[in-house]
Amino acid sequence: MRFLFKTDYNQDINLFPDNVARFWYGLLMVALIAAPFVLENFWLGEISYVLILAVVGIGLMLLVGYTGQVSLGHAAFLGIGAYTHAVLLKLGVPFVISVPAATLLSAFIGAVIGFPALRLTGIYLAIATLAFAFIIEQILIRWEDVTGGFAGFPVPRPEAFGVAITDDVPFYYLCLGATVLAVLVALNLLRTPTGRAFIAIRDSEIAAQSMGVNLARYKTLAFAISAGFTGFGGTLFAHKIGYLAPDAFNILLSIQLLLMVVVGGLGSIHGAIYGAIFVGALPQMIAILRDYLPENIARQPGLEPGLFGVILVFFILFEPLGIYGRWLKVKLYFSLFPLYKKATFKRQKTYTKSERFR
Amino acid sequence: MLNGLAAGCIYGLIALGFVLIYKATEMVNFAQGDLLMLGAFVAFTLIEGFGLNYWIAFAGAVLFMAVFGYLLDTVVLRQVIGQPQFAVVMLTIGLGFIFRAAASMIWGTETRSFETPFTGGVIRAGGLVIADVNASIVAGTAILCAALYAFFRFTRIGVAMQAASQNQLAAYYMGIPVKMIFSLIWAISAGVAAVAGILLAPVAFIDVTIGLLGLKAFAAAVLGGFGSIPGAVIGGLVIGVIEQFSGVYLAEGFKDVAAYVVILGVLFLRPQGLFGNIGRKRV
Amino acid sequence: MTLFQADNIAINFGGIKAVDGVSFAINKGEVFTIIGPNGAGKTTVFNLISRIYNPTEGRLIFEGRDITSVPPHQIAGMGIARTFQNIELFEHATVLQNLLLGRHAHRGTKPWWEMVFAPHVRKSELAHREKAEHVIDFLDLQHYRDTLIVNLPYGARKVVELARALCSEPKLLLLDEPSSGLNTEETEDMAWWIQDIKNELGITVLMVEHDMSLVNEVSDRVLALNYGRVLAQGTPSEVQSHPEVVKAYLGG
Repeated sequence: MRFLFKTDYNQDINLFPDNVARFWYGLLMVALIAAPFVLENFWLGEISYVLILAVVGIGLMLLVGYTGQVSLGHAAFLGIGAYTHAVLLKLGVPFVISVPAATLLSAFIGAVIGFPALRLTGIYLAIATLAFAFIIEQILIRWEDVTGGFAGFPVPRPEAFGVAITDDVPFYYLCLGATVLAVLVALNLLRTPTGRAFIAIRDSEIAAQSMGVNLARYKTLAFAISAGFTGFGGTLFAHKIGYLAPDAFNILLSIQLLLMVVVGGLGSIHGAIYGAIFVGALPQMIAILRDYLPENIARQPGLEPGLFGVILVFFILFEPLGIYGRWLKVKLYFSLFPLYKKATFKRQKTYTKSERFR
Repeated sequence: MLNGLAAGCIYGLIALGFVLIYKATEMVNFAQGDLLMLGAFVAFTLIEGFGLNYWIAFAGAVLFMAVFGYLLDTVVLRQVIGQPQFAVVMLTIGLGFIFRAAASMIWGTETRSFETPFTGGVIRAGGLVIADVNASIVAGTAILCAALYAFFRFTRIGVAMQAASQNQLAAYYMGIPVKMIFSLIWAISAGVAAVAGILLAPVAFIDVTIGLLGLKAFAAAVLGGFGSIPGAVIGGLVIGVIEQFSGVYLAEGFKDVAAYVVILGVLFLRPQGLFGNIGRKRV
Repeated sequence: MTLFQADNIAINFGGIKAVDGVSFAINKGEVFTIIGPNGAGKTTVFNLISRIYNPTEGRLIFEGRDITSVPPHQIAGMGIARTFQNIELFEHATVLQNLLLGRHAHRGTKPWWEMVFAPHVRKSELAHREKAEHVIDFLDLQHYRDTLIVNLPYGARKVVELARALCSEPKLLLLDEPSSGLNTEETEDMAWWIQDIKNELGITVLMVEHDMSLVNEVSDRVLALNYGRVLAQGTPSEVQSHPEVVKAYLGG
C-alpha cells in the first residue's frame, strides 16, 4: 500500500496529489499529442469523436453527477450548439467567434431552462427536460428558413489561423485542446466553492441553504455551465458529422449521453472520460458483434438501442459505480492484496427512501 | 372530439399505470408505453396466431402481461429498491429499449392489426355518429377505473398497497409483505397497459414504436398530479382533447408538440398538477 | 445586550398552530435552551429562525435587524448557523468538504475566476482551509478529515454537524438536540464543547434539548414550550420547578 504523506494544504488543492500522478498523466498527454504521427487518420477520427463525447460528458456529469439534476434532454443543447455554429459559419462569422458564440447561446438557453426548473425535483425535472428536448427538436425541424429542416444543413469547412481546421489532423488537435480545456475548467470548479455548492445541492438542499448556498443561483448556474459545455461539444460535433439533420438530436442521443455518464461512473470526471470511451467505441463494437450474431438478430434495426438497454440495465443492476467504480475496486484489491475483503463494496440492504420530501 | 376523448382515454390508462407504480414504489416506469405495446402484440399472437376468440385473447393477454409485470418486478426491479430515483429512471429506460428490440425480433417491424368486434361498426345515438372503436375505448376505460377504485378502496390488499407506498419500513413492521405487494402493483400496472394496448389496436396501427405514446402519457400524469389516480385519467382526457384541437386549429406540427408544451406549462406554473400535492421534508 | 429577539411569532400548518405567540430574547454570549415535550414546536422555532419556514405572525429580530422576510440562504452570511436534529450532512462528500461548505457564506470568489483558478482563488482556498483546520482541532476531527460521511458512525456525524456550523463563524449557533443519540461519554464531550464555544469562541448558543442534566450543566436561561406556547422562562432551576412545566414535561 502506498501512503500519501501530506505536508501542505496545497497538496489537497492541487489538481494532482503527487508527482506519480503527474508523471502518468504527463505520459498520457505526450502519447495523445504524438498520436497523429503514429496513427492513421481513421483512428484519429475515432479518437476525436471520443474527445468530443468527453467534453459533452463532462458537461452532463457536472449537472447530473455533481449537482444531482437529471436531464433527459441534453441532446437539445448539442443540437443548439451545432446548428448555431453552422449557421454563424455560413453567415461568414469567423470560427474563433462562432464557437464561443454558440457556447454562450447554449449556456444562456440552459440558464433559461434551469431557472423555472428550480422548483422541480427528481422525476419532474427529468420529464421537464424531456419535454423541452422534444420541443427543441420540433423547432429545429420546423424553422426551415434557418435550419433547413429535414433537408439538412451542410456544415461549412472554415479556416482559422490559416489552417483548414476541419481536416483530420488539425481537427484532432482542436478536439484534444477542447477536451483538456473542459477537464481543467471542470476540475477547477470542483475544487472551489462553486463546485462544492453543486455537491451540496445534490446531497441536501436544506442544509445547503443553511450554509448560505443560494439554490436558485447555483442550480441555474449548473444548468448554464452544463449546457455551455454541451453546446461547445456541439460545435465540434457539427464538424465531425459534417451534415446536420434535426432528427440526429433526438431522445435516443440524450439517452446515449446519459448512458455515457452512468456507465462511466456518476460523480467523477474520470467517469465522464471512461463513459465517453465506452460510448465512442460502442458503434465499432456493435459492428464487430454483428458478424458473430445469428442472421435474424444481426439485421435488426432495433439492435443498437436494444444493446444500449441491455448495457444500461446491466450497469445499473450490477455496477452502479460504473467503469470508474470498477477501476477503483480493482486498484483497491491490488493495493490491499492479500487483505482485500470481498464484502468491502457489498451494498447495504436499503429501503425505499422517499424523494417526495427533500 | 370523441377521437380526442378516446385518445385521451388511452393516455389516461398509460398514465394510470405510471401513477400506480409511482404511488407505491416511487419508481417512474419509463417503459409503461412499451408494456402497452407488448400487450397489444401478445393479443395479436393469441388472435391471429392461435385463432382464439377476441374476448378470450383479451383476457389472456392481460393475464400474460400481469404475470410479466410481476416477474419484472421480482427479478429486475427489486434489486434497485433504495437506490436513488435516477438509477431507476435509467433502468426503466433501458428496459424499454430491450422490450422494443425484443419485440422487433419476435414480431418484426411491420405494423400489425387484428380483428375486433368493434372495428368498423358505428353507433347512432341522438343524431351523433360514434365509431364503435372509440366508444369501446371510453367504455373500457370507465369500467377499468371503476374496478380499480373498488379494489383499492375496499379490499385488504388495496389498503395494504397504500400503506406500503407511504412508509415502506413501517409496512414491513405491520406484517405487510411489501415486496409481494410491489410486484402485485407492477402486475396490475402491466395489466392496465395491456388493456390500453388492446383497446387501442383497432384505432392505431400496432408496431414496435407505439410505446412512445407513453411519453405523451407523462403529460397526463403530470397534469393530473403525479400522485393522483383519478387525476391521471382526467389528465389523459384533457391532453387528448387538447391534442385534437391543436391538430384542427393550429399549424402543422403543433399537434405533436402540444403534449410537451402542456407538460412544461404545468410543471412551471403548477407543479403539483390539478390534484396532487407536493410534500416538504421535516427537518 | 440582546442579540436575538423573537416577537410573538406564530405559524400555522393547515389549521394547526405549531407555534403560537412565542416571544423570547437571547442575550449575547449566553446559552439559551428550549425544552418541551415532542411536538411542542421547538424545531419549528428553529426552522422559523433559519427561515426555512415563514411565520404567519410576529417578527424575528437579529442584531437589531428585522430578519422575518430574509431568504434562507442569506441567514448564514448574517451570522446564524444551525445543526439539524436528524443530521443533514452532505453524505457523499468528505468531512473536510462538508466543513469547507460551511464556509460558503464567506467564500469571496466568483465562479468566473474559479473556473480559471486565478491566484486569488488559491489564496482564498488556503485561507478557508486554515479556518476549517482550526475547527477540526477544536473538535478533534483530525482522523476523520478525508472520510466520506456515509462511512462515519452516528456520533462522529453529530460532531461533524457541529463542526460545519462552526465553520461559518456564526454569532448565533442553533443546536437542535445536540445530545440525541449520543452515549454518556459523548454527551459529556458535547457539554464541554458547548461551554468552550461560549467561553473561548464567544458564540451565543440557542439549543433544543431533552437531556436535563446537559441542560442544567450548560444553560444560562431556559424556555419551556408546550403545544406551541410558552410555559415558562427563566434560569434552569426556576423553569424546572415551575408547576406547569413539571406537569407537562418533567413529570414527578
